[in-house]
Amino acid sequence: MATSIGPRLVMPVGKRDHIQGPENAPVTLVEYGDFECPYCAAAHVIVKQAQELLGDQMCFVFRHFPLTQIHPYAEPAAEAAEAAGAQGFFWEMHDLLYENQPMFDPPHLVAYADELGLDTRRFVREVESGVHRPRVREDFMSGVRSGVNGTPAFFINGERYDGSWDILPLVRALQSAAGQGPQIARPDYAHSRRAGI
Amino acid sequence: MKPLTTEKDVSSALAAGTKAPDFTLNDGPDRKVSLAELRGRPVILAFYPADCSPVCGEQMALYNEILPEFQRFNAELLGISVDGVWCHRAYKEARNLRFPLLSDFEPKGEVARNYGVYRQGDGFTERALFVIDGEGLISWSYVSPIAVNPGADGILTALENLSSKGVSNGNEYRTQAGNAGR
Repeated sequence: MATSIGPRLVMPVGKRDHIQGPENAPVTLVEYGDFECPYCAAAHVIVKQAQELLGDQMCFVFRHFPLTQIHPYAEPAAEAAEAAGAQGFFWEMHDLLYENQPMFDPPHLVAYADELGLDTRRFVREVESGVHRPRVREDFMSGVRSGVNGTPAFFINGERYDGSWDILPLVRALQSAAGQGPQIARPDYAHSRRAGI
Repeated sequence: MKPLTTEKDVSSALAAGTKAPDFTLNDGPDRKVSLAELRGRPVILAFYPADCSPVCGEQMALYNEILPEFQRFNAELLGISVDGVWCHRAYKEARNLRFPLLSDFEPKGEVARNYGVYRQGDGFTERALFVIDGEGLISWSYVSPIAVNPGADGILTALENLSSKGVSNGNEYRTQAGNAGR
């Protein structure tokens, strides 16, 4: 196959983003995801393992790419994550949503907010009035302009990663981007399971 | 396995500056769409191999999602494949698609052939995109590897270029095409 320069991230990672790990880490993994997409839920587990394995070497960023026409709850779920984020609980809600896919009707979303100890009245108000819709749309459009063509879509140090997102190939690609060379990772699955992922 | 389509079977897609061949095709069992009727606004032709590929990484589902962005440019999106009207109807309903899916069904692939994107040996079309300006000239075309969803960035860039030049300014594209070897 011919090698070509693949699509690149057009909106750089910045203050607006939800970021886990050190921002100056040698490798940044950006995911465009949809909470109602079954492949994204599978990838969520893999990303958690990759985060464990790479530790401080990696920074992870999540952006919304809800396919609302095929996933009726993708948009409210994305906005629910943002509403939780407004109260400092984005990642907790992000994890809860993937772990409870596809139960995203309003009573479930409120139950998750309650479980996280959020101000549920504020949460409901924000989700119902669509306060976070522009932000979700901005994520989505930045994905479209970066060549996202399905979910999940990954960018490693700004370049779209089209390889397999099974744990080994993904970790190899991340390590190689981090400048650690193409060494083979030895995932400690037992440890990963203990960590609750 | 040997690919059915060999190099010589694939004619090349019509390039920017070419007049877009007119067509009239069925959009479902009850409606026909003619390219000529859409004169005055940009048209996006999205040829794709077949209805019903995997859901979340699916080109038509993505375009359905981006439809409002295309509409900001007053552009009309037309999906085209060699599938029949009933197949298109089922696919459209299953994916909640809100734009026409045209059947290049009889004579099979004729429109695709006119645009240079029919895969003779395979019997279906390339995954090819055309953006046509308000005067009926192709302003951008792209053929993606058959298994790769090309996304929408190229379309949006082409629509932006059109709107910055003035949608109906067909002369400019003729000039561009005439100077292509410069």
